[in-house]
Amino acid sequence: MAISNQLKRVDFIFNNENDWEKVLSSAIKKKPNDLINELISSELKGRGGAGFPTGLKWKLAAEAKNDSKYIICNADEGEPGTFKDREILSKVPYKVLTAMAICGYITGAKEGFIYLRGEYKFLQAELHKAIDEFQYYCKEIKFDFSITIFMGSGAYICGEETALMESMEGKRGEPRNKPPFPTQSGYLDKPTVINNVETLVHTFTIFKYGAKKFYDLGVQYSRGTKLFSVSGDTPKPGIYELELGMSLQDFVYEFGDGDTKAVQVGGASGFLVPRKKFKDAAIGFKGKLTGISLPTGGSMMLFNSSRSMYNVLDNYLEFFREESCGQCTPCRVGCQQLLLGIKAVKRGEKPAAYLEKLLRLTETMQLTAKCGLGQSVANSFSSIVENFQEEMIY
Amino acid sequence: MNPIRSLIKELAEKHGRRRESLLPIMLAVVEREKYLSEYSMVEIAREVDIPASEVYGTATFYSFIETKPTGQYIIRICKTITCSMKGKNQVLFAIQDMLKIKLGETTPDKRFTLMETNCLGWCHKAPAMMINNDVYTELTPEKVRDILSGYMKINELN
Repeated sequence: MAISNQLKRVDFIFNNENDWEKVLSSAIKKKPNDLINELISSELKGRGGAGFPTGLKWKLAAEAKNDSKYIICNADEGEPGTFKDREILSKVPYKVLTAMAICGYITGAKEGFIYLRGEYKFLQAELHKAIDEFQYYCKEIKFDFSITIFMGSGAYICGEETALMESMEGKRGEPRNKPPFPTQSGYLDKPTVINNVETLVHTFTIFKYGAKKFYDLGVQYSRGTKLFSVSGDTPKPGIYELELGMSLQDFVYEFGDGDTKAVQVGGASGFLVPRKKFKDAAIGFKGKLTGISLPTGGSMMLFNSSRSMYNVLDNYLEFFREESCGQCTPCRVGCQQLLLGIKAVKRGEKPAAYLEKLLRLTETMQLTAKCGLGQSVANSFSSIVENFQEEMIY
Repeated sequence: MNPIRSLIKELAEKHGRRRESLLPIMLAVVEREKYLSEYSMVEIAREVDIPASEVYGTATFYSFIETKPTGQYIIRICKTITCSMKGKNQVLFAIQDMLKIKLGETTPDKRFTLMETNCLGWCHKAPAMMINNDVYTELTPEKVRDILSGYMKINELN
């Protein structure tokens, strides 16, 4: 097997955070507009998976007219196979807090929240200490911005931004209709910037080193670096910061166990790529002209040839069936029926052609489900069923 | 006054009586009681001044808010794909064997409740489980037996 050196390891995110005070104090001396332009020129896109341009989001919130605005750091990391946000919050919390405060300065928000998933409650005490020290410094430089931790409580759907806000408002975590988008009407119907933990850390890098250093990494439409959570059949599971735009083939050379059959990119709501398509697939946001481009929140799960893809799909569908909030019918009923359907085909109670019907059901869900959960079930379902049909049937 | 009732009153004063205070109040009650009883829900509804059905509806949405009595230690073992691939079932069988309970059950002495949960975010150190708020990773049947023995000893000492 050819040895590839294509993967560029980078170390922006976890490198020293000791200068956060300097980064904060010099940022709030600049004009908000200049900071926004810096962010826009870096072409940073949201790292939670959806990839919305961060600079534009902050700009929209800054332009919104309202007396109170909010900043939310989304640490409800629930996608199967992702664990990077926990690592960021435990290793470089001050970077996250600083980025939230700078965002507050730019948009005019005075209050920030970290929505921490219930599974990470053990982080709460340390994070509180960091926040206390951070607030102390803010007071010293007479900068008015408060940060509070809000604990989640075991609901995957609350990672969806509007569901998260419903949850903060003391309601069931059911996603809202969009528009209005959070930058217009978010938490308590006020303009709100909500960003993934990793996105915020990247803004710290950009404010510290300038946009160019970030922009120079990655490829067109997918600039900068990304944290990848690597798990499954790999000799070196863990968290790695890599340049965007790498080919999946290079990734598998680096992280595979020599027998990689498929890689699930983007968690249960992402895509499964079989071995024969590794070389055509690149990790980054849509917009590349050739090949398949795969956006991802950073979850990379490797499967070797001992794994049954039926079991993988069964596991994902059970996950979705449980985590669907139940608000809209296509998702609530769709997830149940997909799970029942593949089980029936496997047992021989339904003909193989029934899989076609299920594929059409996922198309319907993609078009009609209210939020990203129901819409993205089609991603893993179709990519697994189409590439490993025989494993679904026999 | 009933201790839960005064706890809830205290919490309402601390977190405020707004709808946004609902989740923090419920979680603090669960932290203390391990679950949210019907009585607690009615009391919270009274303090926050919203219908009890709204409290119930919100509480039952979240998987870490139990509405039935549980043991002192809630064991949540991750069943999502990587943990499943890396031997979650053997670990689960070891726990069931040791505690003599099945999934969803509580030991007769009300010490342990056993449950499965979705991705805990420790896929690189699978299989993983939580006991209350503490996380245990890279589990094997031997390791999990040691961990549980440790918990059993705490109980004997008390």
